[in-house]
Parts: sequence; structure tokens; C-alpha cells
Amino acid sequence: MFEPESSPGPNFTELLRRLELDPFSGPQHGGPQYGGASRPGPASTQLPFEVRHATTIVALRFADGVVMAGDRRATAGSSIAHRAMDKVHPADRYSGVAIAGAAGPAMEMVKLFQLQLEHYEKVEGSTLSLDGKANQLAQMVRSHLGMALQGFVVVPLFAGFDLKRETGRIYSYDPTGGRYEETDFHADGSGGRDAKTTVKLGWSEGISRSRAVELAVSALWNAADEDSATGGPDAIRGIYPSVATITSEGFVYLDPAEVAERFAAVVALSARSAPTPSSQPEEPLR
Amino acid sequence: MSMPFYVAPEQFMKDKADFARKNIARGRPLVATVYSGGILICAENQSKSLHKVSEIYDRIAFAGVGRYNEFDSLRRAGVQHADVKGYQFSREDVDARSLANLYAQYMGNVFTHELKPLEVEILVAEVGEAGTPDQLYHILYDGSVMDEDNLCVLGGEADVISARLAEGYDPRWSLEEALRRSASALTADRPAQAKELEVAVLDRANGRRAFRRLDEAEVAAALSGS
Repeated sequence: MFEPESSPGPNFTELLRRLELDPFSGPQHGGPQYGGASRPGPASTQLPFEVRHATTIVALRFADGVVMAGDRRATAGSSIAHRAMDKVHPADRYSGVAIAGAAGPAMEMVKLFQLQLEHYEKVEGSTLSLDGKANQLAQMVRSHLGMALQGFVVVPLFAGFDLKRETGRIYSYDPTGGRYEETDFHADGSGGRDAKTTVKLGWSEGISRSRAVELAVSALWNAADEDSATGGPDAIRGIYPSVATITSEGFVYLDPAEVAERFAAVVALSARSAPTPSSQPEEPLR
Repeated sequence: MSMPFYVAPEQFMKDKADFARKNIARGRPLVATVYSGGILICAENQSKSLHKVSEIYDRIAFAGVGRYNEFDSLRRAGVQHADVKGYQFSREDVDARSLANLYAQYMGNVFTHELKPLEVEILVAEVGEAGTPDQLYHILYDGSVMDEDNLCVLGGEADVISARLAEGYDPRWSLEEALRRSASALTADRPAQAKELEVAVLDRANGRRAFRRLDEAEVAAALSGS
């Protein structure tokens, strides 16, 4: 039990720090250390092992809130490390967090963030504002900067339903803890560029839930088409990207059957527009 | 030459216990009952924002009577302990029994070593999952723990209230029935008012976090129903 003057208050990371359990401020493992003026190239090339990476995540605003989606693939170098990783997680009842980057620290960050929000709620008896939650996450990303410099970059995407303003809001981050509120949509991770372009071309103010889900799904489809680290729908194993909506009803995952159906529609559409492969050469090759 | 007064240890302990008991009895009482859907905790409390009943963890609730600042700091410590334990191990490893032991240790220590004992009585309740029983741990100012079955009363006039509530008690009560019985056990002869009650439940059907507060309208509806 803490004395009033040394109490960590409602801050769970601070509590872990007091107990010397904080995962991000503990002794850093023996990776390459940087210092001084001469900064070598990308750290990841010097790592003694391949790190698992989570890839494409996307969030977009629609009439009733926000849609968040992420593919399920984790890669380690050029191999597929995991096929069914969840990158979209509920942060609390009215917000969600999606992650791209080094999978280990990213999952730890999500777990810590979820705990932080719940801990605050229980200790204080009230929930943080959406801005407050976004700032909390920014602080976590910033405290992870040391490891980011060693190659373990974590880039989350935070979205939620603001109960006061009655609108969905999206926040993106950079590895240094910079927090940027996006007006309408954002995508991150290795396939983020392709995903973002897809959303950009189809997005308009006040789109319906159905249209927003369709956009998110085709964004992931296009990302998987262009980026080897992003997984597409896996009909054989029945693994589909995770899609969730956050509205005044709270954070809800879409039923995988609905996601499968949406993907089937997108696949059928792109099959129709894809150029047919050239037929057999007339002269057989010798 | 001055001599310190000699006070027999028996007398010293008795004085402390009397002091704590007297001050706890002045506070308004609180009852907890097991009902068909979980555990109901009902307290007399005029304030809408300073709570006597709160959430500790997924299936665990805390309730306290007596000095507000003392039981509130115990509550915070409980949340910290439970969250850290769940973080280090797993959510299912957090249980009411270990929390009750922790509180008992702390309160017992304060009672023996400090000049002033804590003027609180607390309850740690855990709603069981399929197969595991519901648990009610009632912890006194001196650290003694009572593992209660089905119902538990904290604060002044506990014996009288407990006798009133135990009469006709049935663990298959609905939420409304349990709430009406608890409220009338608390207020005895006069009818209970929704606005003077603080009611919360650990509801088995509430998902991962079983704890839920009932708002004034919900309490009023339950009290007026027959």
C-alpha cells in the first residue's frame, strides 16, 4: 500500500515503474546501441535475429463512428511467422487500437494500454476523455523510442467514438510519440500506402457503415496485392482480416462470416476487371 | 522522577477495539446478498459521486463502511494489487481470497502496531463462474476475516439487519426481489427511497467485467414493483 505522497495515482504505467515491472523502462537488451554524431544505417539489418512484424492497419470515419481493420499476417524477415494475429483490439468500451511494427513490443503496448484505461476508470471512477486516451498512447510510444531506435518500431493507430462530440475520431502516431489527429481516415504499416490510397479514392463525408466496411476490406485487399508482408483473405484456413466498428454502441468486431462475404464481393469485382493473362504462345517453346 | 502510566495489553487492545467499533457503528450500514444472477450490494448513501461500492477486477467488487478516506485508500490498493497481479500472471489468477488475505494482513498490522486502528469494515465479493461458488469475505477493523455464505451485513446494527434479511432468504431471488428485501432490511420500518441507496451488482451475465452500477431510475423501478 502506498502512502498518499508516494501514490502513483490512477496511472498504471507509473505503478509498474514504482514496482520496477515497467516493460519499457527496464534494462534494455543487448541490441546495437547508438550514440554520438555518426549514426549507422537502419538498425534492423544488424539485428542478430529476425523480428516478427505486424503489417497493414486502416481506420476510417463513417456516419455513425469509425471502422478499423487490419490484416492477420505477421512476418519475420521473408517468412510468414503467424497467420492469425489480431492487430485490431478494443482499448476500452468506446475505443480501439490497431498496431503495426515489431509484434512483441506492440502486443505488450496494447495490453498495457488496455490496462491503463481500465485502471484509470476503476481508480478514478470515471473514464478518460478520448483526447486523454490518445495522449496516454502517445506517451507509451515515446517511452518506447529507445527500442524503436534499435529496430523495434511500434506504430499504433488509435480510434474511438467521442461521446461528447458524438463523432468518430482517429489518431495516428510516429515512432517518436508524435500524435496526429486525422480528419477522415488513415492507414499504417508496410501496406499502409496502398490501403490509404484505396480509402482516399472511395471516401466521402457521411458514408454508411456498409460502404465504410467495403472500403476497409478493399483497402486491405489492395495492400495484400502490392505488399508481400500483408496477408489477404485466407479462404482455405478460414482466416479473414479483422474488422471492427466503434459507434455509440461501443467497440464491436464484425462477424468473420460477414467479412468473408465482403471479401468475396471485392475478389469477384477485381477478377472481372483484371486483365486476362495472355493465352498460350502459338509456337511452343523449344 | 516521572513514571509512564502502565496500561495492561488487554485494556489497550480493548480500548482500540471499542474505539473502532463505536465509530464504525455510527456509519450507515451496507448489505450484500447472493441472488440468482450474481451478487447484489446495497448501501445507504446520500452521495451520488462518493461511492461505498466499487469495482476491483473482472469478477471482484469492494464495499466499505466507516471512514471514507480509509476505505477508499484500501480500495485503491486493492485495484492496484489486482491489476498488477493480472498483468504479471493472467486475468484468471486474480481472486478475492488472496485480496482478502492481503487486506486482513494490512488491517491487522495497523490494529496492533499503530496508535489508531482503521475505523472501517470492508467486504470483498467475488461472483463465481460456472461451477465455482460466489464468495463474500467480510473483514473487520482488526484484520479478522469472515467467509460469509449468501449474505453479509457491514456497519451499525449489523445483527438486527442480518436477522431481518435472513428471514425468508432464498438464493434464487431475482434482482428486483433481492433489492427490495435488502432495502427494507436496511431501512426497517420506513419505506426505502431510491435516492438514498447506492446499488451495484456483480452480474454473471455482464461479460468479462461483471460489475455494474444500478442508476436511480432502475432502483426506483425495482423498489416500486411488487
